[in-house]
Parts: sequence; structure tokens; C-alpha cells
Amino acid sequence: MFFSFMLLFSRQGKLRLQKWYVPLSDKEKKKITRELVQTVLARKPKMCSFLEWRDLKIVYKRYASLYFCCAIEDQDNELITLEIIHRYVELLDKYFGSVCELDIIFNFEKAYFILDEFLLGGEAQETSKKNVLKAIEQADLLQEVRHLIKITVDK
Amino acid sequence: MSPSVPLQEMIRAIRSARTQCEERGVIQRECAAIRAQFRQADNGGRSHNLAKLLYVHMLGYPAHFGQMECVRMIASPRYSEKRVGYLGAMMLLDEKQDASLLITNSIKNDLSHSNQYVQSLALCTLACMGSAEMCRDLAPEIDRLLRASNSYIKKKAALCAVHIVRKVHDLGELFAPAARSLLAEKNHGVLHGAVVLITELCERNPETLERFRKTVPDLVQIMKGLVISGYSPEHDVAGISDPFLQVRILRLLRILGRNNEAASDAMNDLLAQVATNTDSTKTVGNAVLYETVLTVLDIKSESGLRVLAVNILGRFLLNNDRNIRYIAMTSLQRIVGTDHNAVQRHRGTIVDCLKDQDASVKRRALELSLALVSATNIRSMMKELLLFLSSCPLELRAQAASGIFNAAERYAPSQRWHIDTILHVLTTAGGDVRDETVPNLIQLITNTSELHCYTVHKLYRALLSDISQQSLVQVACWCIGEYGDLLLRGECQETEPVQVQEQQSIIIRIRSIVSIYGSCIDVELQQRAVEYNALFKKYDHMRAAVLERMPVIEKNSPGHTNGESTREAVKEFFPPPCGSLQVCDLLDLLGGSEEPLQPNPAVGSTLPVLPVSTSSTAGGDLLDLLGGLEPTPLTPAPTVTVYEKGGVTLTLSSEKQSDSGLTVTLTACNSTDSDISSFTLQAAVPKSVQLHMKAPSGDSLPARGAAKVTQMVALSNPNKVGLQNTQ
Repeated sequence: MFFSFMLLFSRQGKLRLQKWYVPLSDKEKKKITRELVQTVLARKPKMCSFLEWRDLKIVYKRYASLYFCCAIEDQDNELITLEIIHRYVELLDKYFGSVCELDIIFNFEKAYFILDEFLLGGEAQETSKKNVLKAIEQADLLQEVRHLIKITVDK
Repeated sequence: MSPSVPLQEMIRAIRSARTQCEERGVIQRECAAIRAQFRQADNGGRSHNLAKLLYVHMLGYPAHFGQMECVRMIASPRYSEKRVGYLGAMMLLDEKQDASLLITNSIKNDLSHSNQYVQSLALCTLACMGSAEMCRDLAPEIDRLLRASNSYIKKKAALCAVHIVRKVHDLGELFAPAARSLLAEKNHGVLHGAVVLITELCERNPETLERFRKTVPDLVQIMKGLVISGYSPEHDVAGISDPFLQVRILRLLRILGRNNEAASDAMNDLLAQVATNTDSTKTVGNAVLYETVLTVLDIKSESGLRVLAVNILGRFLLNNDRNIRYIAMTSLQRIVGTDHNAVQRHRGTIVDCLKDQDASVKRRALELSLALVSATNIRSMMKELLLFLSSCPLELRAQAASGIFNAAERYAPSQRWHIDTILHVLTTAGGDVRDETVPNLIQLITNTSELHCYTVHKLYRALLSDISQQSLVQVACWCIGEYGDLLLRGECQETEPVQVQEQQSIIIRIRSIVSIYGSCIDVELQQRAVEYNALFKKYDHMRAAVLERMPVIEKNSPGHTNGESTREAVKEFFPPPCGSLQVCDLLDLLGGSEEPLQPNPAVGSTLPVLPVSTSSTAGGDLLDLLGGLEPTPLTPAPTVTVYEKGGVTLTLSSEKQSDSGLTVTLTACNSTDSDISSFTLQAAVPKSVQLHMKAPSGDSLPARGAAKVTQMVALSNPNKVGLQNTQ
């Protein structure tokens, strides 16, 4: 499922993460974000997770105080998109240990690193939770090392 | 990974700001510090600084001064700096920025780095924001990685290739061979990437699609393996083995099986298996089922499988989960044309969804319900639809109203039912109907002469209870004007008669109201008011003839003016409706009625506006002079008699001024024994033509052709739009 973008925002409309997979100007991104956030926040709790907004298909889900909102293409499967969003939340949860909004605020760059290990170019790249978490772990280790060491990897 | 203390401190400082102003102050200070740091030589805190800037950027503040720092960081040998540098590049540099080209070389180097996590950063960034130029540059590298690297890199290279193909379509050919061989891999990540890449290649290029059809058996095998295999903890999601991969394979099968019997046959068994065996208690199972259904309905599947698919959708409709109901209806909408009967079976459930709380679900249900209306179920469906109309959200009203009208027109079981339905809609949602509804309804009413009494009674009653709906009032006024005598008669077979009396005092009130409009600014209203005043004062001998009933309006004659002439009915006291109701074609100025004058109501009520539209029953070829698509010689235009009735003759002659302009001279002549006064001509033209009527030579036509009235009309067709004959 090709994600045009993924937005995370709070109940007050504050943006916590924005990942764009299509080239848009800063101005356009801001406009879309502002209007879409308003639209999603105005929806009632029991409503459908899917909406047609402008000419985009939007899928969103609320986890505690955070809304996970993304745009997919016309031919994409909305239900599996919900599963992809859920998988990302599970990854965050495993990494941070019972993740909450504050974790994502104070460690936003890590939330991005995890997302980048799960989605690539707007598509899911790894379907195994274990593999994603393992890769992040290794990359984190690498970051700790002061100088770059050549690590040979066997696969 | 230890947190970045400087970053977290800054975040804390920003969050503790109590006002927007305070926050801006903190941010400005921080940005100044960051800028200073950027200028300094390499220190240990570079990645922290950039991270701070990225946070500030996410809050919405400008951060473009960090772009060059990103470029520098990406080139750093330190992994921590590369990581943040690439993140910064993805956030601050998109393909539209010039600076993005500067990182092409770094990406190229990093793609061949010995450390796979560094390679991964480069691949991720290229796939996220790589411009067409960068893609062309680096495509060979990606192809190399697709063939010879470990699984971790291969899966990423595959998706990077997808991005490249999206940006530069021609490069699809480059990746096709490598994509094919990737299908043999066991690693799910690589398989997933391969399937996505093949899907992209097939969607872009029909030839590639032909070649990849050979992979259908392989795909079926892989899919079977996933469906039948035992529990695999690594890929299991609620009992389904790697649903993400399953969905992608199903989608690829859909593309390969479309319009191809052989391929569709090869996947038939598999699809049946997936459709029957997939557990549908959780969303993830339903996601796979959904994709299966989409595939079955799109390929050349056998009828049994199709029925199975539609039944799955039917089950979805009954699901408690609103999301599932929604996608069920979306899918049913797609097939309601081809598998109409199958969808009809679920009509009941669909109609129930009209009452759902969610507006998106309601919209889907409305569209689907309208598509399911047929001659057999029209009565029950209309009941539901009208019920829906009375409580539906505002944004759906117009759509619902017009859908109901269309359905009523196509399948109305009886005239009376039809009129009832339209009246119902007008009373409920009169404000949301389109303008042509009023003339259409009036046309329908005039055609149903046996129901005139019934109709006028119903309308009168409707008016008595509510006069806020403009379209209803228009129709009602027109009918009461026409069939008021039926009201007065006080008897009606179809419905209970209303007791109405004619009152002299009302007529006096009408006269005074009409006189007020005699000085109205709106020329139309003023003209009619004056005319009616005249009719009130004199012409006793003519009044009866003038006020005859209107002839039946012919159906589907958009041109029929039907008495739309110089004397028009006075508009009612509500603001004039929008739309072209008083349009009179240039060449059919005096319309089709016997008399040039309008009927007058005898009962106390306001007068309706006549529903009229243009016609050009004659002289279409004259209008063609304005079209001018081919260079036509300036032929002198002939004089044409365009109207000859009741002793009034109207001729038209034209002269072509330029390629896009034409002057028309209208001449009216009266051969009757009495004078005609207050004679005016009106004209209307299509939107592409501009009309300018000069002042007429006079407004009275003396008897027996003693004198003529002429009027010049300038027409211009600046866009040289070709004009066609309208009926």
C-alpha cells in the first residue's frame, strides 16, 4: 500500500511526526496538515476509520492520545492499512516499552528511525516484527560506537 | 540508545513556554545557538544540533538554514551523524530543492558502503525523496544491489527500485530480470519487496505484464505455502501467516489475471481456498478476504467463485465493525453494474445502512441504494429513500433528491405516484433540488390532465402549511393559476376537496401589490406589473381569451416557450429564481402559443413564473454564421420570416459585421384589425454568444400594417464557438 504521507498528531492538533513520501512544498504540506487534522479531529469516536478527503483516501486510527493518519491510493486495501498502522504502533510499543505520547515527543528522531525501518518509499519493507526490531537494535549499537567500525554481516 | 540530552532539554524548554509568544522566543534563541554551532568546526554535538533543528521544523518554524548542515553530516564518517543527516535530508530537502542534488554523491558512496546499516540509510533516503535525476544516476547501483547482496539490503533495494520506476518509467525495463529472480527467495521481506516491484512494473508496462504472467504458478505456490503452512511465529498475525505478503500477492494476481482466461484459471482454486479458509473474526483476516474478493471480481473467475465473493461482501455488510460495512459497500458499488442480481439480494441490508450514524457509510448506502432501484422494487425503495431524505445530512440532500427524481422518472408505476413523490421531495427538501425540477414537474402535471384536480388540491394544501420552499411555491402557484377553477368548484374525486372562495377584496389587494411592482428596479418585474395593470384596467373583451388555459407542454422540447412572449406572468413575491426560466430563443420570439398574452389567476394567489427554455425550431443555419470554424465568404444574409401568428409577423435579416460579430434586424408587422401596444421583443442566446439589443423603434404596432417596429440586435461570438441546432 503506497503511503503518500503519515501524520501523527495529538488531540489538540499538535503534530508529533510527519513523514511525506510525495514531493510537496512546505506550504502545501502545512496546508494539508492543518486541514486534515481539523477534519479528523472533528469526527466522532464511533465513525468509520476511512474517509475520502479532497481526492485522497485517508485512513486513521486513534491510539490513546495520538491519531495516526495516513493517505493511501485509490486501489489500496484500507483494512490492511489499518494493520500496517497497528504494526507500527506495536513496534513503537516494543521499543519504548509501553509507549506513550511523551516518548514520541522526547524521542521523535527514534520514532522516525523505527518508521524508516518499517516503511521504505511509502511501502512496507519488512513483515516480521522481530526483524525490524533487531535492525533498529543493531543500528542503535552502531551509533554508540565512537568511530565507525567495519562490521561484517552474514545473511 | 541513550537519549540526546541537549535535545530533550530544548524540548522541555519549548513545552514549558506558556504562550505562543514565549515559545517563539525560546525557539529564536535556540535557533540562534544552533546556527552558531553549525558555523563552528566539527564538535561532538553536531547530531544533537541538527536533531534540535528538526524538532523545531516539525513545530512549523523555518529551518532551511539547516540544509547545508544535512549535506555535511551525510558525508561524515560517523554513523550517528550520518543517521541524523539523512533524516534531515528527508525532512528538509525534497526533490524541488537544489541542495538535494548535492547529496547524490554521498548516497552513491554509501550505497556501496561495507556496513549494511549505512547502505540502508542511503537506500531509505533515495526511496523517500530521490528526484528523477538522482534516480537515473543511481539506478545501476540499485540493480546491482538487487542481484548481489544480503536479504536485508535486497528488500530495501527492491522498494527503492519501485520509487525509481515511479519517477522514471523507462527504467522499469532495467529491473525486470532482477525482479523475476527475487521471487525464488525465501525471505519474506525480500518476497514482499519483489512482489511490490513486479506489481509496479506490470502496472506501468503492458508488455512487462505479459512476460510476468508466467509467474502466476510461482505466486500461487507461494500463496499456498502461506495459507496452508503451520504456525510461523515470526510472521503470524492473529492466526494469519504474513497477511501483508498475502495481500500483495493477491493484488498482483489480480493484475495478472485481468482479461486473461488462462491466468484466471490457474488461480481459481487458490482463490477459492483463501476465500473459504481465512478466519474472518479479526480485521486482519477480513483484510485478506477483502483483497481476495476484489481479485475474484476483477479477473475472469468462474461463476461459483463470483457468487462466493459477493456472499462474502454480504457477510461484511452484516458485520458489527463499521469499517467493514463501509468497504463492503464500496466494493458492491463497483460491481452493481455487472453483477446486479447478486447485489440485489443484499438490498435489505444496504437500505438499513441508510440509517447508520456515520456520514461516510450513509453516502455509500445512498449511492448503492439508488443503483439498486428497479421497476419491481420502486415502491418500497422509494419509501425508504424518502424517509432517508427527511433525516439525511445536509451535504447529501442534493444528491438524494436528484437520485430520487431520476429513479421516479424511470420507474414510476403511475402518474399519481410520480407526482406524489415529487411533491414529497419538494416539501422535504425543496431548497436542495435543481432548477429544472420545477419546469419538469409542471410539464408532468400538465400532461396528466386527469389528475389536475387532485394535484391542485394537494398543492394548495401544501402551500397552506408551509410556504418556505421556493420550488414548491413556484409549482403550486403555477398550478393554482392554471387550475384554480377546479379548486373553486369544491369537489374532487381523488382527495378531499378544499373549500375555497373567490373574494373581491383579494383582487383589489392583488391589484395594489401588482402596481407596486410597476416601479420596481428589476425590468422584468416592472414590465410585467405594468402589463398586468393594463390587463386589469381595460381589455375586458380580450381578457377571457387571453386568460385561457395553457396548452400542454411537450416533453423533452427544451425549446418550447409555450406562451413565453412579451406578456409574462408577474413574478411572485419571493426573489426571482435563478436559472434561465425566461429565455426566449432569438428566432422563436413569440413562442408557440395562440395569444401573445398570459392567463390571469382568478383566485387570490400570486402568479407563477413560466417554465420556459430556448428553442430554435427555425433558422439554425443563420446562427451558424456566428460559428465560423471554416472561413466563410461574407454572403449577404437572407431575410427570413420567423413568426407568423395571430396577425403578427416577424422577420429577421442579418448582416455579418466581422468574423465573430453579426447584426440582426428584427421587423414586426401587425396585420390584424386592432392595434397592439406595449409590444416588446426579447431574445436569448447561448452562453458563448454575447447579445446586445439596441432600442426598438417603437412599442406599438398599429393595425393593418400601417407601420412597422424594428429593432437591431448585435450578436458577437468572441470565442467562435460553433453553434448547433437545439431541438
